[in-house]
Amino acid sequence: MGETKEPAHVVEHGTSLWKDAWRRLRRNHLAVFGMAMLTLMILLVIVGPWLSPYSYETQDRALGAAAPSASHWFGTDTLGRDLFTRILYGGRISLMVGFAATAVSLTIGVLYGAVAGFARGRADAVMMRVVDILYTMPFTVIVIILTVYMGKSIVLLFMAIGAVEWLTMARIVRGQVVSLREKEFIEAAEVMGLSRRRIILRHLIPNALGPIIVYTTLTIPAVMLLEAFVSFLGMGVQAPMSSWGVLIHDGANTMEEYPWMLIFPSIALSLTLFSLNFLGDGLRDALDPRMAKE
Amino acid sequence: MTKFILRRLLSFIPVFFIIVTMLFFLIRIAPGGPFQGGERAVPPEVLEKLRETYNLNAPLYRQYVDYLVDLAQGDLGPSMYQPSRTVTEWVQLRFPVSLELGFYALLVAMTLGFLAGITAALRPNTITDYVPMSFAMVGICIPNFVLGPVLVLIFALKLGWLPVAGWADPLDKVLPSLTLGTAYAAYVARLARGGMFEVLAQDFIRTARAKGLSETRVILRHALRGGVQPVIAFLGPAAAGLLTGSFVVEQIFQVPGLGKQFVDAAFNRDYTMLMGAVLVYAVLILCFNLVVDVIQAWLDPRVRYG
Amino acid sequence: MRTALTILVLAALASTLPACSGGEKSSNTLRVAADTEPAALDPHLVTGFTEHRLLTSMFEGLTTLNQKTLAVEPGAAESWTVSDDGLVYTFKINPKAKWSDGTPLTAKDFVYGWRRHLSLNLASEYSYMLWCIKNAEAYNKGQLTDFDEVGAKALDDATLEVTLAYPAPYFLSMQIHYSWFPVLQSNIEAFGKIDDRNSKWTRAGNMVSNGPFKLVEWNPNQIIRVERNEHYWDAANVKLDAIEFYPMQNLLTEERSFQSGKVHFIETLLATKIETYRKEKPEVLRIEPFIGTYFYRFNTTRPPLDDPRVRRALAMAIDRQSICDSVMYGAASPAVALTPPELAGYTAKARIDFNVEEARRFLAEAGYPNGQGLRPIEILFNDSEDHERIAEAIQDMWKLNLNVEVTTNKQEWKVYLNTMNALGYDVVRSAWIADYLDPMNYMECFVTGGGNNRTGWSSKPYDDLVEQARYCVDPVQRYELLQQAEAILLEEAPIAPIYTYKQKLLVSPEVQGYDINPIGYLNYRSFSLASATP
Repeated sequence: MGETKEPAHVVEHGTSLWKDAWRRLRRNHLAVFGMAMLTLMILLVIVGPWLSPYSYETQDRALGAAAPSASHWFGTDTLGRDLFTRILYGGRISLMVGFAATAVSLTIGVLYGAVAGFARGRADAVMMRVVDILYTMPFTVIVIILTVYMGKSIVLLFMAIGAVEWLTMARIVRGQVVSLREKEFIEAAEVMGLSRRRIILRHLIPNALGPIIVYTTLTIPAVMLLEAFVSFLGMGVQAPMSSWGVLIHDGANTMEEYPWMLIFPSIALSLTLFSLNFLGDGLRDALDPRMAKE
Repeated sequence: MTKFILRRLLSFIPVFFIIVTMLFFLIRIAPGGPFQGGERAVPPEVLEKLRETYNLNAPLYRQYVDYLVDLAQGDLGPSMYQPSRTVTEWVQLRFPVSLELGFYALLVAMTLGFLAGITAALRPNTITDYVPMSFAMVGICIPNFVLGPVLVLIFALKLGWLPVAGWADPLDKVLPSLTLGTAYAAYVARLARGGMFEVLAQDFIRTARAKGLSETRVILRHALRGGVQPVIAFLGPAAAGLLTGSFVVEQIFQVPGLGKQFVDAAFNRDYTMLMGAVLVYAVLILCFNLVVDVIQAWLDPRVRYG
Repeated sequence: MRTALTILVLAALASTLPACSGGEKSSNTLRVAADTEPAALDPHLVTGFTEHRLLTSMFEGLTTLNQKTLAVEPGAAESWTVSDDGLVYTFKINPKAKWSDGTPLTAKDFVYGWRRHLSLNLASEYSYMLWCIKNAEAYNKGQLTDFDEVGAKALDDATLEVTLAYPAPYFLSMQIHYSWFPVLQSNIEAFGKIDDRNSKWTRAGNMVSNGPFKLVEWNPNQIIRVERNEHYWDAANVKLDAIEFYPMQNLLTEERSFQSGKVHFIETLLATKIETYRKEKPEVLRIEPFIGTYFYRFNTTRPPLDDPRVRRALAMAIDRQSICDSVMYGAASPAVALTPPELAGYTAKARIDFNVEEARRFLAEAGYPNGQGLRPIEILFNDSEDHERIAEAIQDMWKLNLNVEVTTNKQEWKVYLNTMNALGYDVVRSAWIADYLDPMNYMECFVTGGGNNRTGWSSKPYDDLVEQARYCVDPVQRYELLQQAEAILLEEAPIAPIYTYKQKLLVSPEVQGYDINPIGYLNYRSFSLASATP
């Protein structure tokens, strides 16, 4: 990069920010563990269903809900379907929804918040009132309308969820940017005539990365569980396909009778989230410009 | 600052108007209406009369104007689904309950969240970081429709310490408040840790420490100011949501709050009730986001408001 | 971490169903879980079952039923006579019958109540229940403005004469339904006009009623409390001091409330809990038949479902026993006809049985041997877990038995209703709970163009048979006509019956003086609690 004009705390050494960050990330054991775990999880939901002897829809109604055993590692659900296979398939949906919808909300939220905070004044006020207005639109009604007029598609599901989840992200980023904006290095960048786009993308957002990453890792589980509600309204996954959110929801109703139906999908979700958080924290530390000094 | 607040309050009027307008048309786009019969068909003459009674046969713009005129006089109309009370009466009945539950939950969320988050940030990557943060993760992973029943099974059914459901005795309020507050506590904890962690690494904190200021003073006077920014930004909308009720928690614990009213109204297409409930929420969102902005300005005096 | 915790908790819980006692509430108060907050407490505005429970405690119609035998017994009327043509009923009002404020109950109160319920401005969604009265339909639709022409007359304070439009042998037993309950004119009009939907007359403190109990507290979504009505004509035999209804809206909360002793009685146990109760607390579990049928409608206007052979093939390929046993945990019994068995002495002779071979033959005859050439069929249902699991099971059966591809489509309730009414579906999940005790109530659904038909199906012979049965006075011949109608219905199969409902109740052993009957009728005046000190 070699941006000599960059303020001191963004680039410290001659090496690039990303290379540096990667080096620091690799040294963080928890982050590496998180990354490995996540990769494993993704591989498992992609490849796993091919290896499993059961399909997600094959029923054994005579068997019904059976506890974990050698033939059904995670037990079966109330229709006698192999829970392990259903979790693997459900993982495809959940991970996809979790990442895609979060990506949508992240992109919109971060850019919107940063622009509003950077613009200040009337533009900021108007943009944030738009956020306030969108907060009040009832999600249930919006989902029902979308389902009926746009049909049922998984892409629509990402959009719908992403479209509501970006609001808080925008508020958080704006809050950060509003105070960063008054700092000397931004003023310096403005004086030096850097384009606004460059200031926002290269200076403001990187310095707000901490809260962005934390909130992103919080958004992913929220989105995965929200998907269950959206599916309940008929928009998300269609039976007999399932997702972790839906499996957890079903499992919650029978937690006393068939605890495995709640526990295993919950473990899958929790493992993913723990890994994500380790990775997120590691990323945040690695990308934090100030950490470079240590 | 006074000028900023005044100007912002003034901006509520057009914002509120836009919300009413969008909402009015949005809920009428949703398929189905309040009167369409159910599992049993209802005679068409009756349905026609019902629509006429509730002014649903007039042209849409006419309905809209009529609604605005009524609203301007503070009249939200009768509930279409539960006809023996007006929307205002329903809100008066339900909103205080949600406010109370939301307040306790917020208390739980902030106390637990800040404690855990700050403790964790002080000694990052040690046991006092991992333990509270793991709990926070657990809080995020367990949705309240799982946490609620689990708490009931332990504290109400197994131990017999607390009631299973209801909203009459003070003891009734413990489990719903904990259930509702926990998820938010986890959010607060994670955001607070992140924020504090960054601030504590900054030069001015090092300077303050170098000057020999006590650690408590450093944290309370200097670090908190910058560190809680993201939490505060999150708390605005979160508080508005908490105080207007949670459908899931209200349903699990049989709490007569506004959250259930809100969701039921959406499912029943109870237009008047849904409008009423959303307007309450809208007022709260606007107010809380204003409060948040004021707090942020106060925490960081450099921020200019134009 | 979380997992360890959950396992620990669940392991601890799985072991027992602890029975805590419910605290020191009034010893002679029955506490009941209501499935939902009532939409209203006005007998002429409501449509639900929970409302039926609540209003039966507060009001009383002309007759009541014996809870065990379902024989008609006196209610507000002490006696009655029926004309030979079955069209004119003359009731003698019980001279001891009074309203909860002490006002004597008269025949005029019934006429007033029915006039109110039939007034178009009130726009009651259940007013058609009264249409069996002569001219009631025309008055309700606004085609007739003079109520004097409607066949309900108070000859004097004690004598009520009702003239029917057609002989309805179920007329007497129908009187237990809230749509027939009387209201007190002075009470209604103290709070508004006769046809005011938004009246405050049903609030606690305002409402005057004529049943065994009267309303004393209505705190929405928390509690509805009724206390013994000392003016009730049979008050001496009412044993409970009060009943508290707790509206819950969540079946798990209901079950937990029962476990903790907060309520004595829950109406709807979640099916997945049945096994546990069978094993551990069989004495509180009551699984009883119920007059409701769960069935699928076929859209007969859409190929290939316009071919009766395809419909019949699909209907015959459903393994109903498997659904009842596995999906419903035994809380249902296989339905082979639209009408539930032994409905007022009527059991359908025609049936659609589970028969894969014949189903395959029908499908082949229709031109789709082994399902070849048949497009995928979509099952529409509304958002509930049971509906979803049943649809999944049937999807599996049709695929396995007929090699028919099936997709599922879940829709939110109101959207689902819209789709169904607009015939925008292939196959749709449906149910019918009888309004009154007669097979006619099921048969009249499927006449050509009927509001409850919703399949596009039309059969002239069927319509004629139902119409003949409606005006038939001879009960034996009447049932024979209905039998023939149902045979046509099942032969052409615009519907596929799936199961007959069962009631799944939990009743504390303390509760006495009741019987569970297939229509879910409870008369609280006979209830008592074992623990109550006399």
